[in-house]
Amino acid sequence: MSQPPADDPLARLRAATQARIGLGRAGHAMPTRACLDFDLGHARARDAVWTPLDVDGVTAQASDWPVIAVRSQAPDRATYLRRPDLGRELAAADGLPAGPFDLSIIIGDGLSARAAQAHGAALALDLRQRLPGWSLAPLVLAHQARVALGDAIAASMGARFALMLIGERPGLSAADSLGAYLTIDPRPGRMDSERNCVSNIRPPHGLSIAQAGEKLAWLLTEGRRIGATGIALKDAAPTRDRPHVHHQSHAADPARPASGQAVAGGDGDGGPFPP
Amino acid sequence: MYRIDLAGTRHRFPDLKSLLAAATPLRSGDELAGIAAESAEARVAARHILADLPLKTFLTETVVPYEEDEVTRLIIDSHDQAAFAPVASLTVGEFRDWLLDDRVRARDLTALSPGLTAEMVAAVSKLMRNQDLIAVARKCRVVRRFRSSIGLRGRLAVRLQPNHPTDDPAGIAASILDGLLHGCGDAVIGINPATDNVEGAIALLRLIDDLRLRYAIPTQSCVLTHVTNSLQAIERGAPVDLVFQSVAGTQGANRGFGIDLALLAEAQEAALSLKRGSIGNDVMYFETGQGSALSAGAHHGVDQQTLEVRAQAVARAFRPLLVNSVVGFIGPEYLYDGRQIIRAGLEDHCTGKLLGLPMGVDVCYTNHAEADQNDMDNLLTLLGVAGVSFVMGVPGADDIMLNYQSTSFHDALYVRDVLGVRPAPEFEAWLESMCMLDTRGRVAPREIATLPLARAIADQRFTTP
Repeated sequence: MSQPPADDPLARLRAATQARIGLGRAGHAMPTRACLDFDLGHARARDAVWTPLDVDGVTAQASDWPVIAVRSQAPDRATYLRRPDLGRELAAADGLPAGPFDLSIIIGDGLSARAAQAHGAALALDLRQRLPGWSLAPLVLAHQARVALGDAIAASMGARFALMLIGERPGLSAADSLGAYLTIDPRPGRMDSERNCVSNIRPPHGLSIAQAGEKLAWLLTEGRRIGATGIALKDAAPTRDRPHVHHQSHAADPARPASGQAVAGGDGDGGPFPP
Repeated sequence: MYRIDLAGTRHRFPDLKSLLAAATPLRSGDELAGIAAESAEARVAARHILADLPLKTFLTETVVPYEEDEVTRLIIDSHDQAAFAPVASLTVGEFRDWLLDDRVRARDLTALSPGLTAEMVAAVSKLMRNQDLIAVARKCRVVRRFRSSIGLRGRLAVRLQPNHPTDDPAGIAASILDGLLHGCGDAVIGINPATDNVEGAIALLRLIDDLRLRYAIPTQSCVLTHVTNSLQAIERGAPVDLVFQSVAGTQGANRGFGIDLALLAEAQEAALSLKRGSIGNDVMYFETGQGSALSAGAHHGVDQQTLEVRAQAVARAFRPLLVNSVVGFIGPEYLYDGRQIIRAGLEDHCTGKLLGLPMGVDVCYTNHAEADQNDMDNLLTLLGVAGVSFVMGVPGADDIMLNYQSTSFHDALYVRDVLGVRPAPEFEAWLESMCMLDTRGRVAPREIATLPLARAIADQRFTTP
């Protein structure tokens, strides 16, 4: 027997949170409807993790921007999930032009190809408009990618900056959240503290494309001026964007940024650990 | 060098840590570190050798060098030879049998605990099946107190975890009310803050403390922020009940968390000085998780389960009120699927109890792990049978700030009902006084509008400070 609350004193408080409160009870369990709602969220998140990146779809969105697809050394999804180290290494640099370029933008599947597909190309195009005079490398689409893969890709093209737009780890209510990670003078072995991150790019619920584009254009322009990304650039950010450097409470869960903040470092995949 | 001939094949393990790693049930984190057994047969061979190894070996041979690591020094220097005496002559295999012996009771295990090192406990757990981990943990009795009692027989407490992605006070209060109405919150009302700074932590501490005082709730509050933030909050006069910190099993990994043993001692002393407990003054709350040292690049080639028990040895030095593993939170590169998460959850609970910790478990998983609610139902039920001291209570099992799935308020009602375990006695009496229990002492499903607590909290105004 399910017992939805009738005269509900929680109604006002409930409006203040997306948490699953006031679900009612079937005996001691959740009512059927609440179980199914939960299952739907989990199914969407699972699909986001396991659906491959649609190269043709993103290429079409990129309009006149040349697109090159590459892969990490993780041959498949199951290996990718177990071996984050392989997801940071490029399988082959064939087909990437020699450069040099000011900026290489990489769209990586990360843990949600859905996020990369939904917002990656739109954000790249928005940024291109905001960066007149910058020489941009061809757009790179990366399969089985972790954040640091962007450094290897940009380095092989002689790009001054790597910007990895990557699907964050899906939550139950948000399976299409994109993270953007910026590194100056990219090369394999760069540390998380040498990057800046803008997370939770997810219109219409999270950061909009324009908001993210504005933050990233600021980080790029200022990063070029001071010749640095990471902690030094974070400290130069406008106060409203300046992150709180998190010491996340859960074990081994450092530096998980709050929504939309430009932060130094970051965990790379929306996952708990640095890649 | 350790070697054994089994069925015509010679197996070799160069040192103690490689033997321990090879003897560990398969998990992705040890594979990622490149230290897992090379084959299923090699794993069993390692267990054969481990079973014949004298327990005393662990007092002279370390897995992380004594000179380089303060966690090793803590473990060795605090070892109690007299407490160790009853098992001093045993091998690891004989120790397993001893633990399972009917004649070995809770008081024996309590007395033994200071005589056990983390590595001894890790070693014996590698020879234990899941049912052994349950049976032995069930025998252990570790009771701690602040305003409620944690770990009494027949009781199961719940941490009410009302997280909110922007720390909105009304949103957090809503989740706290929902949890209280489901009989949760007796372990602690503990918030993971979204914005990690001292001002934010103090605001959240005042929010919970105000609710606690207004409704005379016999529980404790905690904002799970970095220990240095808690120290500052104490200096500024904030109502800090418990000091929280994530801890790991090596000095290097703890450095990655921005802590060392001296800092933890300083924080414990500061919290003790406030004397806020009513029935006890156990003031520390620790979380651990297999894989944290590997993630920090500070694992010294030691398997993640052994390092987890070393993290528990760190916790035990500070007489915590609460310790829990965040078992499935760390991700599939450390524990790949439901099977590995369940095994690790039972291990962490049992090893912690053997070391004398009031163990809870965050029964949980992330969306990129091969796990779902059914796996969590299994682990929760197994841990309930094993006598887990507390679990998490998250609205609808969905933590909207940390983006992972834990156990729900409903799950807590379920496991208390099917196993006949009850809330902490002080909290149970409060639930009774709030008219929330039925005649059989269970949290009644009823029109919450009729409950005075719901009315009162709903009528309160929560504003962002």
